[in-house]
Amino acid sequence: MTFLPKPKLHHPELPTNAIGLTRRDYEGAISTLCAGCGHDSISAAIIRACFELALPPHRIAKLSGIGCSSKTPTYFLGQAHGFNSVHGRMPSVLTGANLANRDLIYLGVSGDGDSASIGLGQFAHALRRGVNMVYVVENNGVYGLTKGQFSATSDRGSKSKKGAVNADSPIDLAGLALELGASFVARSFSGDREQLVSLLKAALLHPGAAIIDCISPCVAFNNHAGSTKSYDYVRHHNEAVNRIEVITGREPIAVDYAPGTTVAVTQHDGTVLRLRKLAADYDIEDRSAAINFLESRRREGEIATGLLYVEPGAEDLHTHLGTLETPLNALDEAALCPGADALAAINAALR
Amino acid sequence: MPQPLASVNDFVVKFANVNGSGSASANRLFARAIQRMGIPATPRNIFPSNIQGLPTWYEVRVSEAGHLGARGGVDLMVAMNPQTWDQDVAAIDAGGYLFFDSTRPIPRSRLREDITLLGLPLTEICNRAYADPRERQLFKNIIYIGALAALLELEIPVVETLLAEQFKGKEKLIAANLHALHLGRDEARAHLPCPIGLTLRRSDGVGDRIFIDGNSAAALGAVYGGATVAAWYPITPSTSVAEAFERYCRRTRIDPATGKNRFAIVQAEDELAAIGMVIGAAWNGARAFTATSGPGISLMQEFLGLAYFAEIPAVIFDVQRGGPSTGMPTRTQQADVLLCAYASHGDTKHVLLFPQDPAESFAFGATAFDLAERLQTPVFVMLDLDIGMNERLCAPFAWDPARRYDRGKVMGFDELESGRDFGRYLDLDEDGIPWRTYPGAHPTRGAFFTRGSSKDRYARYTEAGAAYADNMQRLALKFETARGLVPRPLRHDAPEGSRLGVIYYGSTSPAMDEAADLLAARGTAVDRLRIRAFPFHDDVVAFIREHETVFVVEQNRDAQLRSLLLIEAEIDPARLKRVLHYDGTPITARFIAEAIAEHVALSRIAPLRKATP
Ligand SMILES: Cc1ncc(C[n+]2csc(CCOP(=O)(O)OP(=O)(O)O)c2C)c(N)n1
Ligand code: SF4
Ligand SMILES: [Mg+2]
Repeated sequence: MTFLPKPKLHHPELPTNAIGLTRRDYEGAISTLCAGCGHDSISAAIIRACFELALPPHRIAKLSGIGCSSKTPTYFLGQAHGFNSVHGRMPSVLTGANLANRDLIYLGVSGDGDSASIGLGQFAHALRRGVNMVYVVENNGVYGLTKGQFSATSDRGSKSKKGAVNADSPIDLAGLALELGASFVARSFSGDREQLVSLLKAALLHPGAAIIDCISPCVAFNNHAGSTKSYDYVRHHNEAVNRIEVITGREPIAVDYAPGTTVAVTQHDGTVLRLRKLAADYDIEDRSAAINFLESRRREGEIATGLLYVEPGAEDLHTHLGTLETPLNALDEAALCPGADALAAINAALR
Repeated sequence: MPQPLASVNDFVVKFANVNGSGSASANRLFARAIQRMGIPATPRNIFPSNIQGLPTWYEVRVSEAGHLGARGGVDLMVAMNPQTWDQDVAAIDAGGYLFFDSTRPIPRSRLREDITLLGLPLTEICNRAYADPRERQLFKNIIYIGALAALLELEIPVVETLLAEQFKGKEKLIAANLHALHLGRDEARAHLPCPIGLTLRRSDGVGDRIFIDGNSAAALGAVYGGATVAAWYPITPSTSVAEAFERYCRRTRIDPATGKNRFAIVQAEDELAAIGMVIGAAWNGARAFTATSGPGISLMQEFLGLAYFAEIPAVIFDVQRGGPSTGMPTRTQQADVLLCAYASHGDTKHVLLFPQDPAESFAFGATAFDLAERLQTPVFVMLDLDIGMNERLCAPFAWDPARRYDRGKVMGFDELESGRDFGRYLDLDEDGIPWRTYPGAHPTRGAFFTRGSSKDRYARYTEAGAAYADNMQRLALKFETARGLVPRPLRHDAPEGSRLGVIYYGSTSPAMDEAADLLAARGTAVDRLRIRAFPFHDDVVAFIREHETVFVVEQNRDAQLRSLLLIEAEIDPARLKRVLHYDGTPITARFIAEAIAEHVALSRIAPLRKATP
């Protein structure tokens, strides 16, 4: 593997965003993943979402576990600090980082092995704590980096490249996230760039725990006939519940959908998520309906994608803990050390 | 019958109770009252892994000389637990005393001839005085304190004052407690030979010392040390570190303007998550810690390797207990030394601090954060149950108002903006310690990728052998730098010196100090070196070189600190003799003195000087 620095020559005609950056400013090192790997499409979508939202790249912290998927933070947002932690434990590292500085945007990237197998516990607890983050699972139903073993999201009956059939029931990370109390739950497909970018944008603006379970085919080990996470299979079984448009304060609200098919969700920080409903009667704010819906789609052999659930009044871990608005990592001795006089009083009370 | 023991301000009282019977606060009252008379007294709680019903003991070492370790032996047993009667009676030193409830007659076969029997019909007294069964149980404890006061000449007004402080504002409770106290005193005076040979005399031996448990002290150290993020998972005997941190934070860390917290405490789902959060927070520039015990450290292994290799500060309070596995969760040991020193896979080494008491738990608890950030590596504060969960008299906490946190080598916006070369793993100062940046510091400079895999000096992934080796050598150099930064060992030589040296650490220290006195009285002088940190200071090697025989006294089976010395200082194993105590009870002065004396006798090492007459 070689790491050639990409020439950062700016094309004069490249469009800039609201903070004057071009899309190139959101890129990272050249990917070393297999050509055609779904994970690279997700990296591209992250780059586009951050560019379009005009987020300052250095104010994003990208964290990951271990796996092909977890390598990807090197390949986007080169000006952001990244942390490739240990297998299955990204959520705890991200939680700690978030506690230290609530002013950054936290982007966690993981794989299905990373999140559904070794890291299922941390996945669950970070979501139920409401850590303000975007948690992307690049879900290929297989362990890519260790060469093709089944992961815990592999569907029952799906066939490995070597022909083995998976007998275990799969973990549906989106369904689980709903049960666990995540306040933003979405599923997408790395092959559906438009949907993924808009979901990422919505997730980045969501002030709570946002999870995107993104099907991301592994061309090396899980893209064959008999796999339920291949490009072909997902294209044929993808059922999108909605299309989403993210409206921040700056932009005028453009209503271009037929009445009755749209729904607007205003989050408590003022951002508006405007959704074009594709499935009739799907209530985006009803957690139990979302759980039932996922189950009914699964029975039909369909993969429901889109924004499955959002809790408009979502709060995050800092709200629950009552932490100061100032990031904890910005506090100095004066704010933290009670001082010698206070200690003298403590001593006196211990005599 | 041997001569009954006689001593002023120098004896051991042990209470045998049933867990959950409310005895703990009465026994504590007894110890506090002795301290308030100015006499050094140290309690030790010996308790089961149980909420109610199993036996517990509470031992109070009274020592005018200020010995705060366990001495060994029992001079007065307060036997309140029928379940453990036989073993409690057997534990009394010849000539000692047995205080017990004589309501029901006890067969002679279950008593001893060589001790003084002090029976008082406590149950009968209680039944006469109280109708409510709960009151009978609770006040029975205070009644025996009253009786002990009469037997030992503990000043009753001191106990009265303590009760008044304890139940301030609840006048009824104060009156009821005083009544019970007086009842016990009067019954003892009427029916027992008061005072016995063991007596208390007002003294000025306590001075300005404070009385606190090591876990609370460590937590306060973390508050003073500027910790803002704490992540933990409950485990005896460390739980009270996190609880005390929260308590002190609520008192001292609420932002006055907003009422918001200048701290964040998360009870994690397990110890893996706890250390992960600590690492994430520290990576992001907050001071963070976790508190745990051996099983938790075992779970943290992979992360500790990451923190070592990726160079992230982390502070871990390890309150050691009896292992392996669940072992003896409510008993004490120093058995995580090797586990922590070499925690994780691959070549790793970690900084360990060994506080001897609450005062050092506070001091090291604060210093650990400076060291962790200066060295960008995990730092372990090695308490144990004996220090952590027992209140102990110790020097008052001290804080220099001029002290500033050492945040280590961090390049901020200005330095990055000025164009200073930033490479995360460059050794600019040739001390093995690189510079770091916090996430979000600068729009275009200073970002890097933190990873547990091999990298070059600019934090770029590489599998090149030379770059890997270069990094590992720098980490070794950094550990050398640590040697000069950690607390130095403290040496106490015998007045005329000795060819015998003793090395010890942590909770063994007060017992060792008393053991040295016991040995000196028998004509064996020893020089002592108390190790306070790993990596070992050069003084440790010098001390070993200067002594013909060196005893390494510790509380584990496998002589773990001795092993660490052999490995790290390349010492001839024959030079280091093991003195090991690992049954879960705190090591005692008598045990150490006995072990060393026996060794000396066996190896015919001539004592250096005669016993002082
Ligand atoms: C503790 C530990 N066990 C095992 C491994 C080996 N390992 C590396 S990646 C991986 C699986 C990754 O699968 P997934 O998260 O699905 O990522 P993908 O490569 O498929 O994107 C495993 C088992 C490891 N790095 N650490
Ligand atoms: S092995 Fe699979 S997951 Fe890994 S890079 Fe190749 S295609 Fe992607
Ligand atoms: Mg995978």
